Amino acid sequence: MDTTPVLEARNITKHFPGVIANQNVNLTLHKGEILGLLGENGAGKSTLMNIIYGLYQPTEGEILVNGQVVQMRSPKDAIALGIGMVHQHFQLVPVMTVVDNVMLGRESVRGGLLNREAAAVRITELSERYGLAVDPHALVEDLPVGVRQRVEIIKALYREADILILDEPTAVLTPQEIEGLFAVMDLLRTQGKSIIFITHKLKEVLRVADRIGVLRRGEVVGEVDPKTATQSTLAALMVGREVILEVEKSAAHPGAAVLEIADLYAPTDLGEPALRGVTFSVHAGEIVGVAGVQGNGQTELVEVLTGLRPAQSGSIQIGGKDMTNASPRQITEVGQSCHIPEDRHTHGMVDSYPIADNLVLNTYYQPPYARGITVNRAAIDANAVALVEKFDVRTPSVHLNGGSLSGGNQQKMVVAREFSRPIQLLIAAQPTRGIDVGSIEFIYQQIVSKRDEGIAVLLVSSELDEILALSDRIAVMYKGEIIDIVERDVATRQMLGLLMAGVKEEMADRVRG
Amino acid sequence: MGSTFWKRSSLIAMGLALFLVVMAVLVNLTLLGQFTWLRVIFGISALNFTLRAAIPLVLGALSGILCERSGIINIGIEGMMLAGAFAGFVAKTSTNHWPLLNSLLFSVFIALAVGGLMGFLHAIFSIRFRMDQIISGTVIIILAAGISSYLYDRDAIAQGKFSSVAIPGLSKIPVIGPVLFDNPPITYLALLLVLAVHVALFYTRWGLRTRAVGEHPRAADTVGINVNLYRYVNTSIGGMLAGLAGGYLVLEAVGQFQEGMTAGRGFISLAAMIFGNWNPFGALGAATLFGYTQALQNELLLAGVTTVPRQFVSMLPYVVTIVAVSGFVGRVRPPAAEGKVYETEGGTE
Repeated sequence: MDTTPVLEARNITKHFPGVIANQNVNLTLHKGEILGLLGENGAGKSTLMNIIYGLYQPTEGEILVNGQVVQMRSPKDAIALGIGMVHQHFQLVPVMTVVDNVMLGRESVRGGLLNREAAAVRITELSERYGLAVDPHALVEDLPVGVRQRVEIIKALYREADILILDEPTAVLTPQEIEGLFAVMDLLRTQGKSIIFITHKLKEVLRVADRIGVLRRGEVVGEVDPKTATQSTLAALMVGREVILEVEKSAAHPGAAVLEIADLYAPTDLGEPALRGVTFSVHAGEIVGVAGVQGNGQTELVEVLTGLRPAQSGSIQIGGKDMTNASPRQITEVGQSCHIPEDRHTHGMVDSYPIADNLVLNTYYQPPYARGITVNRAAIDANAVALVEKFDVRTPSVHLNGGSLSGGNQQKMVVAREFSRPIQLLIAAQPTRGIDVGSIEFIYQQIVSKRDEGIAVLLVSSELDEILALSDRIAVMYKGEIIDIVERDVATRQMLGLLMAGVKEEMADRVRG
Repeated sequence: MGSTFWKRSSLIAMGLALFLVVMAVLVNLTLLGQFTWLRVIFGISALNFTLRAAIPLVLGALSGILCERSGIINIGIEGMMLAGAFAGFVAKTSTNHWPLLNSLLFSVFIALAVGGLMGFLHAIFSIRFRMDQIISGTVIIILAAGISSYLYDRDAIAQGKFSSVAIPGLSKIPVIGPVLFDNPPITYLALLLVLAVHVALFYTRWGLRTRAVGEHPRAADTVGINVNLYRYVNTSIGGMLAGLAGGYLVLEAVGQFQEGMTAGRGFISLAAMIFGNWNPFGALGAATLFGYTQALQNELLLAGVTTVPRQFVSMLPYVVTIVAVSGFVGRVRPPAAEGKVYETEGGTE
């Protein structure tokens, strides 16, 4: 291995107003290696990468490329130095073709006009060389997520990048697609490219990285050899203390059916079918996990169940009462159901309201919070103080705006509110998206304890680990249908992965011979 | 690529314009011409009027397309047009003693420059000061109306305007010749600009980057494109085109300035831009349609062939505009990042 690192970050410190995102970070990357960069959400991984890619300027510290100190004022400088980045949120223009997206900023031009053919030829070359199959003339908006990611990688290779930064590339992929991505990364490495692979998934980083750097609260807290590290040592480094990765829960004792869904149909916002005959039930005292790749109807299912989206046909019964196309308030009051929404900023909280008000969004119109047509401030504040204490929402005051809390604390606030009234059904969609491990642990415990109290829990998540950790039964959604329901005890990661890709077990057996 | 650019609404707009031309050819060259009312509706005089009414709308719509494709909403076209008209008029009256052509060309140049300045002002408001772009556009309109009426000298008279230049050969083609190939210069220029903007937007580096900036500025930024620079440049060029539309009114169509002479044309341009789905040829089709309804109103009233009360006939252009824009053409799709301020941590100002 060449002794000069292709990329080196020295003492990088980055301050945002009121926040230190990176503190004295040192990082080296050698030619032909995959460096795993591990850290929780908010640990400063993305900030660091944005500095290396020229999107942010460091407050202190310097970046060296091939041993030379470099100044990067914009991504243009980074690209010129051979640095390419695949962003967590793809930076592709949906209404343009693959060719236009790839050559944007580095266009092939002939006689003043764009030379799309020449660019398409180069894209085809790259896609063959690195096993990244893609049609250069397809519109990006028509492509599945996995293919879009290939377009992003081609975009970087098109600019002759030698250093590739992959920011949480596996978050949106099925287990099989993740395998495909790892194969591509391997091929890139053997062809001399260097890769920084950012993730918060321990398993993946152990599997694919040559070296692992761990970031916590903006600082590098350790560099680890994946051959000797284990998931629990990594997790402890990442969080700063021992964490319980397995959720402790006893066997479920399911009672009567609480949520019964029969032959449910509903369209997407664009009028295309989102749910196509969904049928299943959730019993008291059990957690049913709905797994699936994002965009297979899970969002619409939760919206229909919570009254946010009308059903076309089919029926929903909660506790024996028909709740098909009932209003959200009927569902919460008569159905005694509560909802931890997928996107807390849109459906879970009002960012610009005080925490105290956010905590009564579902009960503000009832006594003691309402006195006639006025609100009872004292009761609302007392409720807030009690809930903040009970649910460990960390804030100096209940009068601060909800939006000022960290993601984990916002989510705990939502959970606190939803659990603050009597319920028989809990619908939790992506309950731990974008929050820290400590809060995840807390929310898992809360969900399991609700189950043990005899409440029916429907858990929708695109994180397979979450589904496996919490569920008693697992329903897999594919293209708007429940393709199969399996008991947790017999479910394996591989089997669920195949189901998520639309392959039924019997078929898979046949394929295997 | 083709089909993705030609969304339904711009096809409808182009189709209606084409229908008009075909009918005119039929009426003027075949036995259909013996029906008086057909001659009124599709006569050469109606078509000439259509083109004269459509030119400022086309230029205004192109102005809107350039701004909005880069992500800046421009409802200030009306004001930029008025500013261009007034500036062209002032330039013309102060150079009356120059040879006519020099004086006219100088005035066009001034109309372009002042329109461009108004566009630049809109860009500064929207980008540097992060003003709401609707408000900024309104400010532009009020500013232009206020300044032009405050500074307007009622005694000033512009002497002379652009006259028609027949294109040898082409102008002899029946029907199409006198309508399309016997016009004053800004009219030709406007029609050429439709083609030029189309090619520039969809087949050049500048156009690709402009559209990327209007659709997904962050994606453009991450490949090293200066988002706000593109927005400044496009909005300024857009302002120049609106200024040219004003110059057309003063220096080619009317020959004089009147207070508030743009009379809502900037807003109808916006409607043409939307109806044309932010495509130059779609906008041309839509502007032709709107121009034609004005022509129709005019011809019907002049010929006195209808017993419908004139108030209803006068309503025609506005009704058609409302119907066209209110969505009977189906879904149009504006640039995704339109109206949103693009901010980066480093600041690309």
